Amino acid sequence: MASDITVAILCEHDMVTARAASRELAQELGFSRTDGTLVATAISEVARNIVSHAGEGEIELSPVYEPRRYGLVVVARDSGPGIRDVESAMTDGYSTCGSLGLGLPGARRLMDEFEIDSTPGRGTTVTMKKWRERDDLERLRERRTAVG
Amino acid sequence: MALSDSALKRPEIDGRLLSELVDYLRHVSTDLREEWVRRIAEAQLLGVMTPEEVFTEATAVYDNYVDALETGSVETLQAYARDLSERLIRRGIETHEVLGIVLLLRDVLARSLFEQYKSDSELLNRILDAYEPAANRIAVTVGVSFVEERERVIREQQAAIRELSTPVLQVRDRLVILPIIGMLDSQRARQLTEQLLHAIQTNRAKVVVIDITGVASIDVTVANHLVQTVKASRLMGASAIITGLSSGIAQTLVDLGVDLSMMRTVGDLQGGLEEAERLLGYKVIQSSEQHTVEDDD
Amino acid sequence: MSVPILKQGDYLIASIQSALTDTEVLHLRDELASHVGRHRSRGIVIDVAALDVIDSFVARSLREIALTARLRGAETVIVGIQPDVAVAMVQFELNLDPLHTALDLEEGLTVLRRAFEERKTVGV
Repeated sequence: MASDITVAILCEHDMVTARAASRELAQELGFSRTDGTLVATAISEVARNIVSHAGEGEIELSPVYEPRRYGLVVVARDSGPGIRDVESAMTDGYSTCGSLGLGLPGARRLMDEFEIDSTPGRGTTVTMKKWRERDDLERLRERRTAVG
Repeated sequence: MALSDSALKRPEIDGRLLSELVDYLRHVSTDLREEWVRRIAEAQLLGVMTPEEVFTEATAVYDNYVDALETGSVETLQAYARDLSERLIRRGIETHEVLGIVLLLRDVLARSLFEQYKSDSELLNRILDAYEPAANRIAVTVGVSFVEERERVIREQQAAIRELSTPVLQVRDRLVILPIIGMLDSQRARQLTEQLLHAIQTNRAKVVVIDITGVASIDVTVANHLVQTVKASRLMGASAIITGLSSGIAQTLVDLGVDLSMMRTVGDLQGGLEEAERLLGYKVIQSSEQHTVEDDD
Repeated sequence: MSVPILKQGDYLIASIQSALTDTEVLHLRDELASHVGRHRSRGIVIDVAALDVIDSFVARSLREIALTARLRGAETVIVGIQPDVAVAMVQFELNLDPLHTALDLEEGLTVLRRAFEERKTVGV
């Protein structure tokens, strides 16, 4: 069964690790290749923000199960300077010296759920989710047990 | 839909009373089962099943029904109801039939209880007070389980239909057509987009014609998917032509804020193909009877 | 890891093999600018077939490369965008304007040749 994984983000290379881990989890959960790319791209954005804005942080990936649906959750955390004006940061075209660019609004468009919690001086947490129908999980399990 | 255990058991019900009720129903089970099966046939329900099959299912339902009365446990009943529903749905049994037979069973048991205890009206009242809410909860549980199971089966069928690949046809060099037929929802649209983009890669297509003549209706979500497909095609170096989009639907979509400006839309597939060939640099020569096409490169 | 730049007649071809860091992107931009100047190249083909993700940083970098090249008289075309990456870019609303895009190297060169012809006739 799929499990949680946390990737420390300390440098640019860690972004690649986080993306690869997300692809693996997405595949395990039966997401399509395209969905896997959507998630990896969203992770690329938030990971890059961590590296360039906060210096270091972590990205936690985990599966989530509900009665009618299931999916994966991405939590990107840092204890960096935080974002003073979250609302502006979430509109396209906003940029402070190029570091926050167009990343966040785009990431939101790629995922099904998107939440950002930021306190200046304390840090930022971005939570993103992508869902699949429960029926798909059962079909996936059936197919996998049939194949062995 | 969660039904709590307490819904089936009421604190005022004498444990002994319920026990006695259940014992009685088990004691007369053979007779009541036959009565029930007879009434099912009379009401012309479960016509697709043979009498033997009806009897087998009736026995199982009856026993589970009485168990549920006794234990007050909904989970076992729900599990049984789901299992039963799966079997019935495969046989083509309809919702009204399932509700019908459960209510008939309720009535058969109620009548029997009435006959048994009518000499003592105070006891009869207490018996019915115990029986009625429990019986109604059972009817609801079975009904709801059946409907949910039916919906699940429908979703599965829809998914299976989606998985049948829609052919992307290569018409001539550098041109592919994607004819879409039937219902188009978000999930199917996503799937078709993936197929189309892979076809662009495989066929090195420079023009794609997406024909939606056969699509019953398009809502804003699907229309936006089409726009996105066109944009994604362009990133892969292909122009897209949408054919079969009636001017009425086009106007509706524009009114709803869908940006059609970047899509080339042409009335019918034939016109779309001609436009495509023009884009590819082919010259279309019209003779009096037919079209002939010459490469012009 | 540096990006190999090949010269094919009047055109330059750069194949990005994997995700680039900030420094590598800046390096690529300067390299291409210098090559364009040195060889008077008419255009650049950047092949991104090996990229499994194109995010806003990559898009911005590609745009910068194109603008720098244009200042030196060369057009840029991006080729090899994978299907799932294309879907992600559109959903993200990542714009590659004013970059040209094409399917592969061959198509890319065709686009660049046509662009060059157009510039000649317009007299740019």
